[in-house]
Amino acid sequence: MKYAKAAGFIAYSFFLVFSFLKGFEPGKKMAFDLGYFSLEMAKILPPAFILIGLFEVWVKKETIEKHFGKESGLKGHVGGILLAGTTVGGLYVAFPVAYSLYSKGADIGVIFTYIAASAICRVPMTIFEASFLGIKFSIIRLLVSIPLVIFSSMLLGKYLTSRNYRIRDGE
Amino acid sequence: MYFLYLLLVIAVGVSFIADRGKTYRAIKIAFKKFVKILPAFAAMLVLVSIILALVPDSLILHYLGKGKMFEGVLMASFFGSITLLPGFIAFPLCGILLKKGVTYTVISAFTTTLMMVGFVTFPIEKKYFGGKVTIIRNVLSLFIALIVAVITGIFFGEILR
Repeated sequence: MKYAKAAGFIAYSFFLVFSFLKGFEPGKKMAFDLGYFSLEMAKILPPAFILIGLFEVWVKKETIEKHFGKESGLKGHVGGILLAGTTVGGLYVAFPVAYSLYSKGADIGVIFTYIAASAICRVPMTIFEASFLGIKFSIIRLLVSIPLVIFSSMLLGKYLTSRNYRIRDGE
Repeated sequence: MYFLYLLLVIAVGVSFIADRGKTYRAIKIAFKKFVKILPAFAAMLVLVSIILALVPDSLILHYLGKGKMFEGVLMASFFGSITLLPGFIAFPLCGILLKKGVTYTVISAFTTTLMMVGFVTFPIEKKYFGGKVTIIRNVLSLFIALIVAVITGIFFGEILR
C-alpha cells in the first residue's frame, strides 16, 4: 500500500513535468497551486510543530486535565473554542495540536469542539469574513454553529469513549 | 500569520533561557512529528491542486450564481466540502457571489462546509482519528453547516416561515 502511494506521487510528478513540456494548461495550473500551497504549509507547519513540541515538554498533564479534561465539562469546551480562536491555518493545523492536547489528558469531546472551532471560530478569519459578508452574517453563523458544535462534540465524545476509542499519533 | 512567528520566537526564546535541554528535546519532538505526518500532508497537497484545477472559482461562480435556493445550497455544500480555499480567496469570492444576488443561505452553506468539512484533509485527519471517525465528524459537520445555512436564511428573510 505504501508503494502504491509512492508510485502515485511519482506518477503525479511526471504528469506535472509533462504538463510544462507539452504546455498543458490545467496541468500547469495544478503545479502552480501545488507549489503555492506547499509554500503556505511550509510557512505555517514548522512553527506550529515547534510550538507543539514546546507544549509537549513544558505543559503539565494536570494543567490540561484541569482545563480541558473530562471533569471540566462545558468550561473545557469553551476553553477549546478560545484556544481555537488563535489557531493559525485551520483544520490541517488543528489535527496535530488536537492530538497533543488529547495526549495530555484533554477530553475527547473537547478535542472535537477544538477542531471544529479552529475551522470556524478563528478571529482574524472571522474579521475578514465580516468585511465581505457583513457582521450580521458572521454573528449569526457563530451563534448558531457554536452550540451545535459543542452539542455534537459532546455526543460524539461520549459515544467514542464508551467504545474505548483512542486518537492515534499520526500513524 | 505574524502572530504565529512572534509567538514562536517568544516561546522558543523563553524556553531556551529556562532550560536548554528541554528546548532541544522540544525541537526534536517537533521534527519527528512533522516528518511522520509529512506523507499525509503531501497527499493533501496533491488533492488540493487537483481539485482546484477541476473546480476553479469560475465553476463555483457559475453553479452558485444561478441564485436558486435549494439547488444552490446543495451545490454550495458540495463545492465547499471538496475544496480547500484559503480565506483570502474564499471570502472575496463570496463577496462576488453576494453582489451577483446569491442568497446568504447559499453562501453560508458554502463557507461553513468549506471550513469544516474536509475532503482534501481526509488523508491527514485519517492518520489521527481513523477513517470511520473522520467520516462521522465530516458528516456531522455537513449537517451543522446545513442547519446554520437554513437559520441564516431565516434571519435574512430569505426563507419565510
